[in-house]
Amino acid sequence: MTTGDTRQGPGAGGGWIDEALREHDHAEALEAAAPARPEDPAGRPVLPVADRERQVLDRIDRARRRRPRVREERITMSHGAGGKASRTLVEAVFLDAFRNPQLEPLEDAAELSLSGVRTALTTDSYVVSPLFFPGGNIGDLAVNGTVNDLSVAGATPLYLSAGFILEEGLPVADLLRVTEAMRDAAAAAGVRVVTGDTKVVQRGKADGCYINTAGVGLVSRDVQLGVARAQPGDAIIVSGPVGDHGITIMLARGELDIEADIVSDTAPLNGLVARLLDAVPGVRAMRDATRGGVATILNEIAAAADAGVLVREDDIPVRTEVRGACELLGIDPMYVACEGRMVAVVPGDSAGDAIAALRADPLGADAAVIGHVTDGPPGIVQLKTAFGGTRIVDLLVGDPLPRIC
Amino acid sequence: MRFVDEYRDADQARALAAKIAALCEPGRTYKLMEVCGGHTHTIYKHGLEDYLPESITLVHGPGCPVCVIPMGRVDDAMHLAAREDVIMTSFGDMMRVPGSNGSFFDAKAAGTDIRMVYSPLDSLKIARQNPDRQVVFMAIGFETTAPSTAMTMLRAASEGLSNFSVFCNHVTIIPAIKAILDSPDLRLDGFIGPGHVSTVIGCRPYEFIARDYGKPVVVAGFEPLDILQSIYMLMLQLSSGRSEVENQYSRVVPWDGNLVALRAIGETMELRPYFEWRGLGFISHSALKVREKFAAMDAERLFSVPGVRVADPKACQCGEVLKGVLKPWECKVFGTACTPETPIGTCMVSPEGACAAYYNFGRVERHRVPEAAVVGNAVAGNAVVGNS
Repeated sequence: MTTGDTRQGPGAGGGWIDEALREHDHAEALEAAAPARPEDPAGRPVLPVADRERQVLDRIDRARRRRPRVREERITMSHGAGGKASRTLVEAVFLDAFRNPQLEPLEDAAELSLSGVRTALTTDSYVVSPLFFPGGNIGDLAVNGTVNDLSVAGATPLYLSAGFILEEGLPVADLLRVTEAMRDAAAAAGVRVVTGDTKVVQRGKADGCYINTAGVGLVSRDVQLGVARAQPGDAIIVSGPVGDHGITIMLARGELDIEADIVSDTAPLNGLVARLLDAVPGVRAMRDATRGGVATILNEIAAAADAGVLVREDDIPVRTEVRGACELLGIDPMYVACEGRMVAVVPGDSAGDAIAALRADPLGADAAVIGHVTDGPPGIVQLKTAFGGTRIVDLLVGDPLPRIC
Repeated sequence: MRFVDEYRDADQARALAAKIAALCEPGRTYKLMEVCGGHTHTIYKHGLEDYLPESITLVHGPGCPVCVIPMGRVDDAMHLAAREDVIMTSFGDMMRVPGSNGSFFDAKAAGTDIRMVYSPLDSLKIARQNPDRQVVFMAIGFETTAPSTAMTMLRAASEGLSNFSVFCNHVTIIPAIKAILDSPDLRLDGFIGPGHVSTVIGCRPYEFIARDYGKPVVVAGFEPLDILQSIYMLMLQLSSGRSEVENQYSRVVPWDGNLVALRAIGETMELRPYFEWRGLGFISHSALKVREKFAAMDAERLFSVPGVRVADPKACQCGEVLKGVLKPWECKVFGTACTPETPIGTCMVSPEGACAAYYNFGRVERHRVPEAAVVGNAVAGNAVVGNS
């Protein structure tokens, strides 16, 4: 049974599809031509299923290492979600346009040499919705986020700028609550907001209040940090329970009839980072786990270090409330944003010292070793599930939680 | 966490793995199909195949609601969404499914009013807030989601809402299973029956599979131990030559289903003479449409849709994957041109799709547990006779 008219769908003209098909046929031909294989009665070479699967995986690996291209015609929400589309956008558009040695490592902050002084510079914009949520507001995020980006680069955060984009109609009382939070957060982190800017746009052209902060800090320690420095045998540490901030925001929006006793983990990490660097000067890398969560950082480590990463689901600290909400919503807590947690890579034999140092600080009380860098398949993050199986943890594709910070 | 951790216990899994391996006849291979995409997702997310011996292959079935929507229906939905007077509402899963001219997400970015909802009741809320526009709910899914669409229609009718309608793409599972059983290119040994569909339709509709086709069916829950136990129950049936319908998910699935839900579906919807399934082609009496009595809530009656059949991209082998003939990685474009970020076929879109599950979770060599390696201990004729 068919209806009359059939159109040809897309793909006929999709250049990248044809390219993949050509590559597939080419690989098949090469594999078929390879000598010394057992043959079936018809004379065709027969490869065990596992080997054929391995070859396909290798082909996929090569495809993933190609230079990223933005295929969409317009920006979609996925481009801001911190996953694959965000990475493609950053590498194919921004890195391509601005390429230079300071930008290239794509770390949380750039390291510059100003008259011979090691300086770190970073910037971040905040568009969280709602502006106020349990545990903080957009002002806390704007200060702590930038402080943390500097801290995990090994810098002591010193000065911040603050740019405000305000929507016509925003209650001044709300703005005051935001600036008070910023003042208190800056005091707690020991930084000053020394310059700023204000723009007001018509009602409907923004959502209440957006904030951009930039920050500078000094790298006074003799440290060399970067995820590319991770080596097989290194331990991977997370400084506390993951996913609190993302789930708090999601519940605060009130779109889901779920209530839970969770607050955002927004906090400055400079004190915690200092403790860790004091105890373990050989720290290889640190990242604060914001959009895309811990899973995204693990993928960044595996990709930059060209090594494998193996983590154990049982060892990843997640609050019961967060786990429960994630189970109900079908979200993996490893992808949910934090605003006061970091992931650190340390040499395997320093893991004990690192954990002890972190746990001495209230912000790191639940720090845990969640896994290791391995000489497994390079660029791939594997998870030993609580159930006892193995799977991979890839970069996120969709956007489960837009405008989380 | 209660009601979760007890169904993910690794010790119990190892014990079950040993029992399953013991029931495998040496030299025989087993192909078991998990019909439901939710099962596929669980299998990959928890690495369940690590617990199975090499001789058992899980074949991924057609029970992923997004995967079976043909491209022509996506185009029809786009056509509706493009109308100035329409607000299109859809589950998140549907947002990335490619039509001829991109997905809902692409259309949304280009300015079309498409909104993501968690429940059809959210669409109803949007309809109340926008009385001057027609709010269309893109209804997809098997018998699992059809009752919520039906209940929403009944609610809209009782409220007298005149600007809410449904673009109905609900499908029914039994004709799809029958199409697979009748398909010449696939030999299966048994079925892991769909869990959530069965909460609505019960277990009786599967009896023909055991009776007429001689294949065992075990309706299974969605936690990894549920699935492992179902495989064990299937292996017990196979090793003793039985073919019956059994219910592993009895904590949720009543044998006779949910009559209230079935009545709601029956009141609002009726079978279509035929419907196109992606990859499976046209199947008779396999989908639902809105009943005449609710014509005012039927987007297909309110607005004309092109209704044109659109062929899949020629590179796409979703059909073979949906029927279980191909493993996801055997498709020519898998992982190179077709990835979760640039899906060509539907199986790569939904987290329940076999290709997406394999790409996101399974793209790595298996580490089989030692318990799964010792096969055949409990088979008659061998020294050790195991569990019953």
